[in-house]
This record gives sequence, structure tokens and C-alpha cells, in this order.
Amino acid sequence: MIRIERLNKSFGKLHVLKDVNLEFENSKVTAIIGPNGSGKTTLIKIILGLMKADSGKILVNNINIKKGVDYKNNIGNMPQIARFPENLRVGELIDMMKDLRSKKNGVDKDLFASFKLDNEINKKLGTLSGGTKQRVNAALAFLFNPDILILDEPTAGLDPISSSALKDKILKEQKKGKTILITSHILSDIEELAENLVFILEGKIIYNGTVKLLIEEKGKSNLERTIASLMESNANEHNA
Amino acid sequence: MNTMLKIIKYELRDVIRSKWILIYFGFLFLITEGMFQFSGSSSKVLLSLLNIVLILIPIITISYGIIYMYSSREFTEMLLAQPIKRKTLFSGLYSGLALPLSIAYLFGIGIPFIYHGVDEVSQFPVLIILMLSGVALTFVFTSLAVLISLSSEDKVKGLGIGIFVWLFMAVVYDGALLFGSYLLSEYPLEKPMIAVTILNPIDLARILLMLKFDISALMGYTGAVFKKFFGGPLGMLLSSGMLMLWIIIPCLIGKRIFVRKDF
Repeated sequence: MIRIERLNKSFGKLHVLKDVNLEFENSKVTAIIGPNGSGKTTLIKIILGLMKADSGKILVNNINIKKGVDYKNNIGNMPQIARFPENLRVGELIDMMKDLRSKKNGVDKDLFASFKLDNEINKKLGTLSGGTKQRVNAALAFLFNPDILILDEPTAGLDPISSSALKDKILKEQKKGKTILITSHILSDIEELAENLVFILEGKIIYNGTVKLLIEEKGKSNLERTIASLMESNANEHNA
Repeated sequence: MNTMLKIIKYELRDVIRSKWILIYFGFLFLITEGMFQFSGSSSKVLLSLLNIVLILIPIITISYGIIYMYSSREFTEMLLAQPIKRKTLFSGLYSGLALPLSIAYLFGIGIPFIYHGVDEVSQFPVLIILMLSGVALTFVFTSLAVLISLSSEDKVKGLGIGIFVWLFMAVVYDGALLFGSYLLSEYPLEKPMIAVTILNPIDLARILLMLKFDISALMGYTGAVFKKFFGGPLGMLLSSGMLMLWIIIPCLIGKRIFVRKDF
């Protein structure tokens, strides 16, 4: 579980996150969406400790993240862009991650099997195709069976087979009671995976609730049209 | 095994297999071996290596270091999302970069000396000083590379600053010094010259080496003053201390930036 209280972040004069309050519950997939530059990535990076918030606090499994780096043992992260050291082999990268993390929840190699990565173990990371790198990236996020998964554009760059395998895995982990955060521009993926939805616009939370309810409220046929109307109505408010 | 050593272990494996490190090693090896073949005397080889070391190590280290830091940016972010303290990660990244560069240098010039040997026993300390000051320069310029790459988000700008720093220290600084001493040639400049020389790591390494080569006589009266100063225990201590400062200070500033930075 992740709880975010009154989080603020600015880059110079640009106020990127404005008093954000959020809670990501266990055994729920929550999608974070918003246009480019809305603050999604900043929010994720602050949770991961890559950026530091100006004010506010974040609790991961009830532990304040300012108290040290150990909370990251509970988080599996799949960054949007995967660039690994070119001259390391896939197997060595896995060993490295194993060396750096506690393995209290054991090791989960499901995705390595369903992505057929076992044949690539001895290949250097620099020689892998973009799609294979992305599969390695996804498999690493799930490798330590973490309680929390943060997936930034997980299906981007994956072929349909891998993409479905990944989505199956996400739903499987959700049923096990994990907290899962996803950002994506592919709204059909979100409709398929996510129960909850957080919509961020210019650093403010515009909507925080279930996907179903939002679609019903707006009376549209699917998520894409719902989000479009949500963005339009906010743009109108701005002009008014 | 502690976390820093683990990071070093894997980064070392990555960097040491990089083709640029292999080319660097191969080039140094071929140059040293070639000079043994052509000149035949180890004293001449040592003297020619001096200039290569002073010019080549800084430019290779700073440009490779900067390029490596920028290209491993995403992976650094990935490591930051793991349970590793930032300080530890920084030390790991720094050492993982400086060590393979030092190893490539030591093996590149060292291997030919292993089977050719030195002509006289007295040249042995010269070889040791050559190796040590080369390693010191590698660490100095790795520190600067890390610092520069953390201070600028733009890769091209970072590399530009790196090359400028090298150009300034290796070429411009000496030129300015020469010009200054020419303008002020009527004044006793030896002591200020010592002070100014100490401020440049490449000059420091050069002085350390030249004194060992016993060619300071070529520098006339200034050489004699330098020899008197740097040849003594105080001068040796001061110059190696300054080289250490050149390693530590940029490295500490870099660490400070790294620990506070938003990635």
C-alpha cells in the first residue's frame, strides 16, 4: 500500500505537483493517466526515491520513505526506457540485481519462462533488440516477487504475445494482493487491467476513483471517449 | 560482500569489455612495444612515454568518462530505484569507471616492460613513478568527468566542457605560464612559478616525472629551483598531496550533487 499526503514538487518556477493526496490500495491495479508533462513521471520518480519532494510525505507499507532505502525492497519497478550496460550478459544483470536486493519474498521467474528469455541468458545486453530489452525490463520488475509494482508504459514496444503474457501476469499478481501502479497511453490496456484510475492534469488530481464509475458518470461508450471529454471539459474551465 | 563492491564488480565487467578500453590498452601496448623495437633502450622508451602519458591519459579518461556517465544514465536511474544508498552507488560508479581505465593503462605500458626489462636498476623507480602518476591522472580526470557529467544535463555540452578542461590544463595553461614568465622575466619568478604549477594536475605529474628523469637541467635556473623544491621531501609530499586533492575535491563535489540530484 502506498499513501501520499500533501505532496508538492516544483522545478524552479514550475509547480509540477500541487498538494497531491492519494492512496494506492492492496490488490488493486491503479492506472495513472494524464497528458505529457502532467506530473505522472515526477510522481512515480518521487515514490521510487529518484526525486525528492519539496513537502509532504509518502508512506510505503506504512513506512515513511524518508527513513532509508530499505522500502525499495518491496517495490518492483519497470522504467519506461530500458538501457542496460551494453557489455553485460543478461544472466549477469540478473545476478547483479539478485546481489543488490534482499530476497525475502523469494524469486519469481515466471516471466522469464513466458517471455522465453532463457535462450538469451548468455547474450550481451547491447546486442538485444529493443523488444527483448523491454521483456528483460519487465521480467526484472517481477523477479523479486515485490508487494508493489510500478510499471511505466509496460506494454510499449512489446509484441502482442509478450504484451498479453505481461497483462496476464499483472492480473495474476493483482489477485495475489499486490499494489500495482500503471501509467499508459494505451487506454484499452488500462480498461483491461485497471480497476482504479487517477487522472492528473497540470499537477492536480482531477479524478480518483474506479474506471467503471467514471465511464458511467460521463455517459460515454469507452474509456478513450471518457478521457477525451474529461480533458475537454477541463480545458473549457481554463478558458472560462 | 558490501554493496559498493558488488556494484564495482559488475560495472568493472561491463567497462573492461568495452571496445574503447580494449583499443586504449592496445594502443598503449603497441606504442610501448614499438618504441622498444625502434630505440632499444629503456631510458628512451621511458622518456617518450612521459609525453604520451601526460597528453593521452587526461583526454582519454575525461572523454570516455563523460560519455560513459551519460550513456549509463537510465541504468543509474534503475539502480537508484533499488535499495541502495546514493552515496554507495556513487562510490561504486566512480570506482567502476576509474579502475578499468587504470588497469588498461598499467597493463598497456607494463607488459612490454615485463619482458624487455629496464637497462639499469636506477630506472626502476622511474617506471614506478610513471605508473603511479598515470594512475593518479586517471583518477583526477575520472573525478572531473563525473563532476562535469553531473553538472550538465546535456551530453554534447558536457563533452564540450570536458574537452575544454583538458585543452586548458594540457595546453593553454602552460602557454599562459610561459607568456607570463616572459613578460615578467625581470622579476624573480621561481617561487610564484612553483605555486602556479602546483595548481595544475598535469603540470604536477610532469614535474614529478621530469625530476625523476634527471632532465631538469634542461630547464635552466628554474629547473634548479624546481629540483631543489620538488626533489626534497616537502616538495614530494606537497605535490603528491595536491594530486590527491585534485582527485578528492571534484569527487566530493560530484558526490554531493549526486546525493541531492533529481533524476
